[in-house]
Amino acid sequence: MRVKMIGNYFEILRGGINTTFQDKGRENLYHIGIPFSGVMDNRNFLLANKLVGNHLTAPVIEFAYQGPHLKYTGDKLNFVITGDVIFKIKKKDNEIDGVCYQSYHLENGDEINIISTNKSVYGYFAIGSEIDLNFQWNSCSINTKANIGSNNGKKLDSGQKINLLKINSDKTLKKVNYINSKIENIRVIKGTNFDYFSDEGKKIFFEKEFVVSKLSDRMGMRLEGPKIENIINTNIKSEGLVKGVIQVPADGNPIIMLSDHGTVGGYPKIGVVVSVDYDRLVQLAPGSKVKFQEIELSDAETLFKLYEMETKNLLSQI
Amino acid sequence: MLKNISNLGDAALYCDFGIQVNKATNLEVIKYFNTIREKKIKGINNLTPSYNKLIISFDLRVTNFSEIKKKIENLDTTIEQNKNNKKIEVPVCCEENFALDRDRLEKKLNLSYQEILTKFFDKEYFCYMTGFIAGMPFLGDIDENLRTQRLKTPRVKVPQGSVGITEQFANIYTFDSPGGWNIIGNTPLKVFDDSKEKDPNLINPGDTIIFKKISRQEYESKNDR
Repeated sequence: MRVKMIGNYFEILRGGINTTFQDKGRENLYHIGIPFSGVMDNRNFLLANKLVGNHLTAPVIEFAYQGPHLKYTGDKLNFVITGDVIFKIKKKDNEIDGVCYQSYHLENGDEINIISTNKSVYGYFAIGSEIDLNFQWNSCSINTKANIGSNNGKKLDSGQKINLLKINSDKTLKKVNYINSKIENIRVIKGTNFDYFSDEGKKIFFEKEFVVSKLSDRMGMRLEGPKIENIINTNIKSEGLVKGVIQVPADGNPIIMLSDHGTVGGYPKIGVVVSVDYDRLVQLAPGSKVKFQEIELSDAETLFKLYEMETKNLLSQI
Repeated sequence: MLKNISNLGDAALYCDFGIQVNKATNLEVIKYFNTIREKKIKGINNLTPSYNKLIISFDLRVTNFSEIKKKIENLDTTIEQNKNNKKIEVPVCCEENFALDRDRLEKKLNLSYQEILTKFFDKEYFCYMTGFIAGMPFLGDIDENLRTQRLKTPRVKVPQGSVGITEQFANIYTFDSPGGWNIIGNTPLKVFDDSKEKDPNLINPGDTIIFKKISRQEYESKNDR
């Protein structure tokens, strides 16, 4: 039996656009059609948890664009927001502008209003406490398309409560200096159907600018730009997909698979975004202009190692 | 036969079993899938079998392409596997409101609906793979006279339980989902049950499926969703 602490909870005054609980995601389920899910921006997730003294992979609240407005009832705790986010903290008599990557104390009656992400998409709200959540396949991650995960697989909505189980005893305030870098050139490895496209189409893919479409979400990022011409077949026999795969359907506009992507797909794969660029890729807001740049596998592997070392280094500063 | 292994990005292997889509090729894919699963190779975090491909995803923090490739190339797939493939009957109601593409199919296939259903029901179909959305089975092969393309413009929402056909395949929509398959009926069965963490899929690759035609009344009495 789980012992429920009474009295420590957040009340959701406004849910925000797409606010979900996320953690590291779920493994080894692609073969039954369940995607990885989990946080979109892994580095900001790890930093958020470290800044409030949680396990690095503890559940956090992920929000997109406009975040939630929350009112807290209960004993003192720590929280932090990571990403590039504009938010306000309302105490008894005053309201202050919050700063990302810096933990704050929250006391009974305080409110947090996450107004918006700034020229980016995802932000993270970590609470220095265990949260009362349901886990499915060892993950709380909400997949709203399949209604899997905590909160019955649905995004958080106004009027709901987030109950806390055990507040962290260490309430030391922490911070780290970090600025999210923007990405303009997305590095890709050629896809398994690269030769389905005309020479002109291949040239367009690597030389022209594409714009991130509004029709982007946790499943995929749609891009608009010059059409990429297919000269073999606009369909392939359905086969597995992974995060970062760039499919080009018959209309010639690329779609990049993101964390909640369908596990199989039948459009040709022109390329795959490399792991090192994933965290920055997902932060591209609609309207952003991007270019694709080819990279070799060995370079992609080296760059990812460096990125991981940089993340570890940041975590060690906290 | 596993013909070629290449990399799909920097964190996955793309195993190609040839261009043929048939049961023999798919059984080979499933054999590799089962063998790799049992081996529990460190770093592998997903396996996605399909008609004639197997995609092996791994955690780039733990391993890399050449390490996993070597392990797959040296894999012993001759070991006898526990085959616990099932034979499952799936009841389907094809009455109005369920057979969304009745008119389209009659016209495209130049067959009466009765003829279409006779060619579709009471035959054994093989499950090649599951996926796209949780638990959706890809079954085949359907009668040659029933084969047609997807809808030109996919539906924004295909109702849960819909049974669709396209080309040589049939499938079942386990959730309300966008989709472009020709819908011939609807099953009351719960094909994906997420309350069962261990085995949420009713139908798994390698299983045999037989569709049974039922009336509206039987549909209502069997509805367990």
